[in-house]
Amino acid sequence: MKSCLVVDDSKVIRMVARRILETLDFEISEAKDGQEALDACLSEMPDAILLDWNMPVMDGIDFLRHLRVSKGGDAPVVVFCTTENDMSHIVEAMKAGANEYIMKPFDKEIIEAKFTQVGLL
Amino acid sequence: MTPDDFALLAGILKERSGLSIGPEKTYLLESRLNPVAKKNNIANLDELVAQVRLKRSEPLLHDITEAMTTNESFFFRDAKPFETFENAILPNLLADRAAKKSLRIWSAACSTGQEAYSLAMILREMAPKLAGWRIEIVGTDISQEVLEKAKVGIYSQFEVQRGLPVKYLMKYFTQVNELWQIDSAIRAMVSYKEFNLLKDLKSLGTFDIIFCRNVLIYFDQPTKAQVLAAMSGILAKDGCLFMGAAETVLGISDVFQPVPGQRGVYGMATAAPATPKLNSLQSVAG
Repeated sequence: MKSCLVVDDSKVIRMVARRILETLDFEISEAKDGQEALDACLSEMPDAILLDWNMPVMDGIDFLRHLRVSKGGDAPVVVFCTTENDMSHIVEAMKAGANEYIMKPFDKEIIEAKFTQVGLL
Repeated sequence: MTPDDFALLAGILKERSGLSIGPEKTYLLESRLNPVAKKNNIANLDELVAQVRLKRSEPLLHDITEAMTTNESFFFRDAKPFETFENAILPNLLADRAAKKSLRIWSAACSTGQEAYSLAMILREMAPKLAGWRIEIVGTDISQEVLEKAKVGIYSQFEVQRGLPVKYLMKYFTQVNELWQIDSAIRAMVSYKEFNLLKDLKSLGTFDIIFCRNVLIYFDQPTKAQVLAAMSGILAKDGCLFMGAAETVLGISDVFQPVPGQRGVYGMATAAPATPKLNSLQSVAG
């Protein structure tokens, strides 16, 4: 079973994402901001990370930049999942080392399609 | 909707498009025809059926057919056929046509263009290899409305996320407010044409590859056989027909035979299709 860390400051979004990903056979852990996510990754790298952009303490793009220079931090497949839906954000995310990008709102089909494209399914 | 009403509308659909629908599709018929009633200033479905019975006006019958034959379409739908196209079928066709340097692809029942544009993007990615080639992608559909959308190439945020890798979104799309438009260079690779699959296919010319996926499932057996026979008449001898994963020609038509190892891909029964060499087959399977 692959592991996925769901990073979002909204409890509701984390729950929706968890439910979808559990039906796709992922073992889910959660973090409510980038710092919490980074701490979790440094203790154990997940296979996948579903990552919100705008969060308090540390946002998603900062987290991603920290992750990619951490030991073993190049391994997790990172899929952004954010309301930021303009090209400049997408380009910035991909340059920072994201593997895919989901623009909210999302549903199971979108998550499944994107996770398949990056080889997680 | 009464069984009589259903039979009347189903008969019109069959006659005009070849589409066969059973009574279990009553719900679909109702949900698709409500917008048609609204558009034509008709109060409800009973009134719509009454008008059809009374005067069979051409614009109304056209709208009904169009509403029922419009199907969902995604970029790179099912993913696998596009990998097969790129890695197993195309290399051999290109080798066989190295002298002629010409390739024609048909996206039959192309709806809003996602399949045709997916093929165009694959070919665009291979541009250096295809320098000097004349490549034509033709998309046809019975519905003028979906073709207009296909030509403009503007898709919702939802549509560009189902199947389209973000690297292609970044490379080939431009954001227009909340929507996304596929670039003119890709649009220019595809020509669209209103066309009914039950009509004489010869006017479309000859193709090297035909994509006709999840289309024939809506036809009854004799209509399927008729369309398959007509397609064999305009497919190059070593060409390929792509059908949906859940579809088959077996038991319907003997003009096509499955290409070994490639699910959903068919070659002409009379000639050796452009099957992949053994090693390329293995690399795709692996």
